[in-house]
Amino acid sequence: MSTTQILRGGTVTDQRGTRRADVAWVDGVITDVADSIDPPVGSEILDASDAIVMPGLVDLHAHLREPGQEEAETIETGARGAALGGFTAVVAMPNTTPTMDHPSVVRDVLAIAEGASCEVVPSAAMTVGREGKLLSPMGELASMGVRIFTDDGDGVQDAALMLRIMEYASGLAAVTGGQPIVLAQHCEVASLSAGGHMHEGEWSGRLGMGGQPSEAETLMIVRDIMLSRRTGAHIHMQHVSTAEGVELIRHAKADGVRITSEATTHHFTLTDENCATYDPVFKVHPPLRTAADVAAIKAGLADGTIDAIATDHAPHEPHTKEFPFDQAPPGMLGLETALSLATAELELDMATIAALMSWKPAAIAGIGDRHGRPIEPGEPANLCVFDPSERWTISGTEMASRSQNSPYTGREATGRVRHTIFNGDAVVLGGEATR
Amino acid sequence: MKDLLTIDQLGADGIGEIMIAADSFAEVCQRPVPKVPALRGKTIASMFFEDSTRTRNSFDTAAKRLSADTMNFSASSSSVSKGESLRDTVETIEAMGVDAIIVRHKSSGAPQQIARWAQASVINAGDGWHAHPTQALLDVYTVRQEGRSFEGMKVAIVGDISHSRVARSNIEAFRTLGADVTLVAPPTLLPPFAESLGATVSHDLDSVLGDTDVLYLLRMQSERMNQALVPSLGEYHRTFGLTRDRARQLPANSLIMHPGPMNRGIEISPEVVDDPRVRVLNQVTNGVVVRMAVLYLVLSSAAAERSGE
Amino acid sequence: MIAEPRLTRASTGRFEARTQVLTSDDVARATRRMAHEILERNHGLTDVVLIGLERGGVPIAQALAEALQSIEDVEVPVGSVDVSFYRDDIGSVALLPEVTKIDFPVDNRDVILCDDVLYTGRTVRAALDAVTDFGRPSSIQLAVMVDRGHRELPIRPDYIGKNLPTSRGEMVRVSPDGVDLGVVVPEEAE
Repeated sequence: MSTTQILRGGTVTDQRGTRRADVAWVDGVITDVADSIDPPVGSEILDASDAIVMPGLVDLHAHLREPGQEEAETIETGARGAALGGFTAVVAMPNTTPTMDHPSVVRDVLAIAEGASCEVVPSAAMTVGREGKLLSPMGELASMGVRIFTDDGDGVQDAALMLRIMEYASGLAAVTGGQPIVLAQHCEVASLSAGGHMHEGEWSGRLGMGGQPSEAETLMIVRDIMLSRRTGAHIHMQHVSTAEGVELIRHAKADGVRITSEATTHHFTLTDENCATYDPVFKVHPPLRTAADVAAIKAGLADGTIDAIATDHAPHEPHTKEFPFDQAPPGMLGLETALSLATAELELDMATIAALMSWKPAAIAGIGDRHGRPIEPGEPANLCVFDPSERWTISGTEMASRSQNSPYTGREATGRVRHTIFNGDAVVLGGEATR
Repeated sequence: MKDLLTIDQLGADGIGEIMIAADSFAEVCQRPVPKVPALRGKTIASMFFEDSTRTRNSFDTAAKRLSADTMNFSASSSSVSKGESLRDTVETIEAMGVDAIIVRHKSSGAPQQIARWAQASVINAGDGWHAHPTQALLDVYTVRQEGRSFEGMKVAIVGDISHSRVARSNIEAFRTLGADVTLVAPPTLLPPFAESLGATVSHDLDSVLGDTDVLYLLRMQSERMNQALVPSLGEYHRTFGLTRDRARQLPANSLIMHPGPMNRGIEISPEVVDDPRVRVLNQVTNGVVVRMAVLYLVLSSAAAERSGE
Repeated sequence: MIAEPRLTRASTGRFEARTQVLTSDDVARATRRMAHEILERNHGLTDVVLIGLERGGVPIAQALAEALQSIEDVEVPVGSVDVSFYRDDIGSVALLPEVTKIDFPVDNRDVILCDDVLYTGRTVRAALDAVTDFGRPSSIQLAVMVDRGHRELPIRPDYIGKNLPTSRGEMVRVSPDGVDLGVVVPEEAE
């Protein structure tokens, strides 16, 4: 073992800035970062010329489907897709079967994830079975390391219950050693979105499709801001999709409310007009919204109102997307395309994108000790090597996922992950997964 | 043109051609033997994922008068209930060898999806709240029979616009031909951004009636009341129903239309049903004629495209 | 602005005359002769009706009716038939049909089908089917202004204005100005 590996010829971008540097590591720990490293005998050289070397990406929001829906995705295939997208850690959503609402299920997930292509960070449900009625054993879950609690897939509808969840979470510092608990909310008032399959607007009217109004999202954002203001709980707004939602979060942050938020790749690259094909690959919750919402999300990412880019990677078995639009399940693949789309569609410099996709989400997920670290000697070798000029055609069928539901299939993309280094191992080498 | 999915894809020329062909089929339907061998040897499957005896019978009659062979498929007698995907169902039907598939589905967009998978021509017989192009074609054909110009014609569509495929297709058809369309409904029965459909919006039927050439009444479903979209059918009738008083305000040479079946006492008062301006039975008769024209032209042009002409 | 879609094909060529075969006077003379032959063969006009094939045959039927009226002072019923729905090549040609107008009974009548040019015989075959859908005539006869040959079916005209040997690449146009032999030149795409 103990081979020295060297990324040679790249440009390093991290929270300390951007500079030309080779990066060397041994046994998963960075040993040298210098303009030009003389390779010791027997060392392994990885080509990083014309590429950007940044801390491995962190996804706050992925559905890996295991346990329960292994036909759509497994932890193994999901993690492989994540690695191909440059991620070294993904937060797994708890809407599995059974629900990740109990230590035994979380332990199973951690056991299955051993040896996967990236770190799988389990989140857990806030309520038993994500039913929005009873508290999950948050204390026990927190004591085994769970930091993110969410009923993702549904918002907690009952305001009184949400208040109690926040109050209870604020008392868990003792079991987490002072680390904060993050309550991640899927902001959707079900009574307003009921019967809707896409954004309620001009396009839903024209297409004759039931709509989900923006207020389904914004009302719950308002509610949770008010409740967080009272309890001091850290609320993380998942997949913010509306311009009004971004504005509410901007104000709340200015007021000092303990709130963070994420936006998904698809909410700043696609709009409700894409639904005009009636192809259920464009069906997602929250729905694709208008061009004005897309502009607001981009502005929110640029000014820091939105803390992170997430994928909401949601695999579905191919035949389920061959049902009519209103019967097909919502969700789309995102892990393998997120970085490429973010660099192409956002007018942001690489360091800002790296912040949104690496160290800021790492901090929210409570894994900032090992992911999203500066690229310096002594730090873990969790790295993403991105070639910003490689041209490729996105294809859902060629992805590592067991599913194919990428809304970007057929799109010509520029910029692709060349290597992903996870704990010192090149889990992706030259664009190919090695595990 | 392989498929007929919406009115928008036809344009004024396409609608005009269907009207001209329909004139020929109207003559065929008046013959002692109302049948021609135009589609002999063609197989037309009707796939009704939602019940509609009237539309199915109209299409079936049209296909038979063109000498096509017909195949019937209904959701209840199929494997849809067993969780088969739409694509599986369509591919199974197509494997039997069909030239056209007539699709009725309760989900908006299902015919568009089917058209992407099927080699056969797909004809939309109504999808969800989205489109019902043959209904709109038979409606404009019925108006055209009166020999009036569509340019500047005032059309008022009254009722549950939001949930109506008939309304959406009729807005497209009348607008394409140059008519001005006004949608008359309470705000709860209008789609968001209703004006973007290319129509004027009014919540006051009485203010619209005096300047209306075609009054098109939509069917009011009683379930809208349970969804709290209107307080009661009685209140709906009083505010948006065609009562005898309102019929008097309507110009003498105007037309009253309805896609059927009519709810007497809700969208129209029983004493107005027999008004000489009502064209409901003409609409039904023209349904067969227009659907013959659609089947004939779509199958002919699809075959012409295939043979590369 | 995208072009509005059509379900049928627009015409794809333009007729270019090369030689005049019959003048308008020749056509008028031929029409009168054919009218006399119809009278002779049917022993009068008691049961005779004329049906023109859309579109070129309709003016021929009307001209024959006028000739018959000037000779016998009898008004012969004139109808028209569109054979689009009876063609044996549905799908390869999509043209808009004309409305068929046969508003008289054909049962036990002597139906004279009229067309401008007789070529392969397929249109006449379709017209025979169309007319018999309206009833059972005692006879169906065929009058054409030009017989250009190249028959593909066992069909033979009873009254002929002019026998005109042609090649398949040629085109015959019959109009009130006479009969021209020429070719169709493709119209330049816009």
